[in-house]
Amino acid sequence: MSQQIQVSSLDAYYGKHKAIEDISMTIEPQSITAFIGPSGCGKSTFLRTLNRMHEVIPGARVEGKVLLDGEDLYAADVEPVSVRRMIGMVFQRPNPFPTMSIYENVAAGLKLNGRYARSEMDDIVETSLKGSNLWNEVKDRLNKPGAGLSGGQQQRLCIARAIAVKPEVLLMDEPCSALDPISTLAIEDLMSELKNQFTIIIVTHNMQQAARVSDRTAFFNLAGQGQPGRVIEMDDTSRIFTNPSQKATEDYITGRFG
Amino acid sequence: MTAIQHAPAIRRISTGRRVKDKIVQGLVYLSFAIAVVPLLSVLWLVLSNGFARLNMEFLTHSMRNIGARDAGGGAYHAIIGTLEQVLLSSVISIPVGLLTAIYLVEYGRGGRLSRAISFFVDVMTGIPSVVSGLFILAFWILALGMPFSGFAGALALSILMMPTVVRSAEEMLLLVPNDLREASYALGVPKWRTIVKVVLPTAFTGIVTGIMLAIARVAGETAPLLLTVFFTDSINTDPFDGPQMGLPLYVFDQSRRPTDVAIDRAWAGALTLILIVMLLNLVARLIGWWRSPARR
Repeated sequence: MSQQIQVSSLDAYYGKHKAIEDISMTIEPQSITAFIGPSGCGKSTFLRTLNRMHEVIPGARVEGKVLLDGEDLYAADVEPVSVRRMIGMVFQRPNPFPTMSIYENVAAGLKLNGRYARSEMDDIVETSLKGSNLWNEVKDRLNKPGAGLSGGQQQRLCIARAIAVKPEVLLMDEPCSALDPISTLAIEDLMSELKNQFTIIIVTHNMQQAARVSDRTAFFNLAGQGQPGRVIEMDDTSRIFTNPSQKATEDYITGRFG
Repeated sequence: MTAIQHAPAIRRISTGRRVKDKIVQGLVYLSFAIAVVPLLSVLWLVLSNGFARLNMEFLTHSMRNIGARDAGGGAYHAIIGTLEQVLLSSVISIPVGLLTAIYLVEYGRGGRLSRAISFFVDVMTGIPSVVSGLFILAFWILALGMPFSGFAGALALSILMMPTVVRSAEEMLLLVPNDLREASYALGVPKWRTIVKVVLPTAFTGIVTGIMLAIARVAGETAPLLLTVFFTDSINTDPFDGPQMGLPLYVFDQSRRPTDVAIDRAWAGALTLILIVMLLNLVARLIGWWRSPARR
């Protein structure tokens, strides 16, 4: 489990519009990396390039290299589907499949990808739900629809669904922005547990959250009005929040803009 | 009273507005009543006139060897014909329509081909039913030399049914939130499996409703059958060979005859057609209910 990601000079486009430019970074395994920055600066776009979800949008394309343990995810003969099996994703809004039960939601990634014995599936569903701290709340109603859970529970269900396929990396795109403080805390605790098994990358607008959970932080910003987004600074979280090397980072963190 | 003068921001609803509100409300109720009148009167007429002849004999006998003035006889041959023709046209148009809708929503995405398809589907929606009958008559029966048959009728009906299926399925697929597709892709599920296992089940109930509406529409079509299925008074269970009957044709045929017994048969035929369509709708509702997640 858990592998290193190396990105070198990556550009991403929506049609002719260049959304992010020249991003290079190394993301260590078994750590939590946070992306912060003002809205529209390309954090989510960059996150989606890491598991080739960016190209799902019509007209979107990527230039540059993303290496997962040395293997280029954008090599010509790499199948995007297999990349997404290695690198799971949790979205901003909880999106359980409405036609499926809680059990089927967690098992969805396995069921849609191949055949498993019933007992094996039961085990994976149980460990995934335990891994996302949801097991005790739902173990008596696994056959009820997943859409009937509360927002925070739905988001943890989505995390269980993502870790059930045993990815190497877990991408989280503002996973707590639609949740109340208690559910947010539950998910932050969960992240700290999960980082023992996965490389976790989280996009967040909540700077306290980034400071609380992450080991490394990258600050994104636009180079200027109408210009593509760039990484201004990336460092250990403690350094970014106490002694950033760039003026823009300090301004953003202290709330002077954004 | 003085308090109101001190707070002019809070306004009382004037009598004029109350009156206007009541008038508009009354107009809405009135137009609803007017819209319902024809529906109720049709239902009432068909029910009261149709039940006179709707019995087992009517449902199990054909019109073979029934003389012009004889009572008796039934619509068995027409019921069989309608069921077979509608089934065949569904078998043709549901897969084609559904796949077209999937292409338009999931793959085409506003490209040149999908815009062209959309345009022609719109054109097809506007085809008068008699024209589709004429087309099959000219192409299938006259040019290719095929016989009059239930299948020819089904071809004409499927021309009418296809655009309805495409449009309704397209609407339903567009309602499926993109979040679900992305959630599925992010699990490493290929696109086609996402469509089959996530998108279609989510839109299932709506698609079934749309298909039922399309079936209900073609089940009552007379003109295309007139030109393709022809007429018969005998039972013909083979939709691929020889003239068949259909319930709309039966109603049309019987109602032209100058005797009261024939008119009664026409009413009973109309009632049977309504009952069949209602039954199909009921089945569709049951399937929708059975598949809905709220049932668990």
